[in-house]
Amino acid sequence: MSDDIKGKEKSLITRRKFLAGLTAGAAASALPAGEAGAYAFEELFRQHYKRLTADELKDILAKLEEEMSFKYGKEVHAKATPPIDNTVFGYALDLSRCIGCRRCVYACVKENNLSRDPQIQWIKVLEFQKGNNKWQGLEHSNRYYEPEQVPEKGRFYVPVQCQQCKKPACVKVCPVQATWQEPDGIVVVDYNWCIGCRFCMAACPYGARSFNWGKPSMPKEEFNPEIHYLGNRPQYKGVVGKCTFCIQRSRAGKYTACVEACPVGARKFGNLMDPNSEIRYVLENMKVFRLKEELDTNPKFFYFFSMGTGVKS
Amino acid sequence: MAIDAINGIVRTVVTGSKEYKAWMGFLSLLALVGIAFVFRQIDQGLIATNMRDDVSWGWYIANFTFLVGVAAAAVVLVIPYYIYDFKPIGEIVLIGEIMAVAAVSMCLMFIVLDMGSAERFWHLIPMIGIFNFPQSILTWDVVVLNMYLVLNLSLVIYALSKTYAGKSYKTKLIMPFIFFSIPAAISIHTVTAFLYLGAPARPFWNTAVLAPRFIASAFCSGPAFMLIIFQIIRKTTKLKIEDAALHKMAEIVTWCMAVNLFLLGSEVFKEMYSATAHIEPFNYLWNGLRGHNQLVPWIWTAVIVNSIAFLILIVPSIRKNFFMLNIACTFIFIGVYIEKGMGLIFPGFAPSTLGDIYDYMPNSMELWISLGVWAIGLLIFTVGAKICIAIKTGEIGHADPSAHH
Repeated sequence: MSDDIKGKEKSLITRRKFLAGLTAGAAASALPAGEAGAYAFEELFRQHYKRLTADELKDILAKLEEEMSFKYGKEVHAKATPPIDNTVFGYALDLSRCIGCRRCVYACVKENNLSRDPQIQWIKVLEFQKGNNKWQGLEHSNRYYEPEQVPEKGRFYVPVQCQQCKKPACVKVCPVQATWQEPDGIVVVDYNWCIGCRFCMAACPYGARSFNWGKPSMPKEEFNPEIHYLGNRPQYKGVVGKCTFCIQRSRAGKYTACVEACPVGARKFGNLMDPNSEIRYVLENMKVFRLKEELDTNPKFFYFFSMGTGVKS
Repeated sequence: MAIDAINGIVRTVVTGSKEYKAWMGFLSLLALVGIAFVFRQIDQGLIATNMRDDVSWGWYIANFTFLVGVAAAAVVLVIPYYIYDFKPIGEIVLIGEIMAVAAVSMCLMFIVLDMGSAERFWHLIPMIGIFNFPQSILTWDVVVLNMYLVLNLSLVIYALSKTYAGKSYKTKLIMPFIFFSIPAAISIHTVTAFLYLGAPARPFWNTAVLAPRFIASAFCSGPAFMLIIFQIIRKTTKLKIEDAALHKMAEIVTWCMAVNLFLLGSEVFKEMYSATAHIEPFNYLWNGLRGHNQLVPWIWTAVIVNSIAFLILIVPSIRKNFFMLNIACTFIFIGVYIEKGMGLIFPGFAPSTLGDIYDYMPNSMELWISLGVWAIGLLIFTVGAKICIAIKTGEIGHADPSAHH
């Protein structure tokens, strides 16, 4: 994979210079050359998300919309919707239903504008052999299963994504506070503040963080124009990204993309503070567990078996 | 006088034997090759390395970890000379400190090279950026490494300028800083160990014995390297280095290697006797795991050469034979480089937290860049040591070469 990347990225022209060059030639362009240069300059010295004033943020989002509209040829809406009061998001996954089809993985990639080449996926579906007693520590997983059809006999599947820990190991170790936990429990990354040291990746027990090893890329037509500053806006080369419970959707009162994509209804999502929510129903009526509880990271991502032991396969 | 001093220093650096010029030329060439590859890495991003999400730190961090140890080892000279007033080491203690400066510089270069977005380094500057201190251990490492660099650089410059003027540098002003450099050296290595051992997600690193083991192996590898260099220096320059100084260092290396091997044994016992699921990375390193065994020959080489070196060193009459001593030092350097570099960093990531095994080995670009960093570090050391020797032997300045301070 890295070899094609090398081929494609031989050019020394950066994205910014390329943009500036293009815009200089196109009279009808959205970004005049001087402005693009100023934007790049602004980006280099941009402050941490939490230190931006409301006006600065508004300006940045407007610029982001302009830049992305130009780059992807679509009308883009960039938001930074704040957390909703009295809301903490939680997630539950029914392992007895999951069939390992990876539709959640692909829906997530598309929704969150994740790089296709190099390939980045925020959800990893692990396959285990039934009867293998080493699955809860996730030691003997197979992430690269490729059968004709799923589910395969004698196998079961455990999708893993960011567990949105209440005590996130990744947040603690970040030297510049580029990643933090929002009041609604979502752990976010400021892609303009991350220095790319990858200490968070060493600290995360769930492999939930992905680094942009190369320049992210995706086909124009697949670009999702509804973006959030702390979520699914396109990331940069050299920064870390992660699942944000689709912050652009969840804070707008929608289900995450993975919940919607799941063909068997294995994924449950909602507000942990709302006693009538689906997630509260699961927590109160199912025997739930969390991954690697011995580390006491306190995930807000729960697993359960709705059908006990009588799973058909 | 300042002009004279600068002239003298420049003259010292640019003149020298054919061997000196060849050595400097060779290092410069390696440095340039490394720098050329750095441009490629900046252009493509870290995807040009072999690191990936499953093994997110590799060869650069391995070298960084090893070199923190080399830097810390200057105290092996500072303690006997300044605390126990062991005179023979007085001639070489400054060279040890110059080595520390060079090693910390290499550490900082490796860290910057490993950063995905190094142009944002200002985010780390307190007040201007956000310095997540004391929460993030990485910020502690930034503090202690920079402090240690400034401390050693200041001590060396102060001592050399005093010596240049023909005065003693062991003044009341400087002694507190010299004493402070001892805990500072311990701290850089302890904090670096804490980076790893503070990660419960990585059972291979999450062991309290890591910090003492780091210190023990640092006090082997750093002095081993210096023992060889001091022999080269006394053959090629006018600086007199007594056998007693080298024998004292060799003795310290001996006992540090004993402690290092003992701590390794404790680690092996704990893992093998407990035999929990957390033994997997340990097995990956020592026996191979599910068919992945690329590190096995390396780690066994390391433990065998370290043990042979220890056997050579443990017998005083054998370690006083310089031929045998040099074999032991070479073995220790190789052994600790493997053990603390790839033997420590790579298995921390294999299997990954989700159970994947990605067999990481650096690619040629990573190797060339790392060689470039080493070359720059050795250039810093060579230039520093040459100036230091010229001043100490009275080639430049007003030092009386026959008098010890």
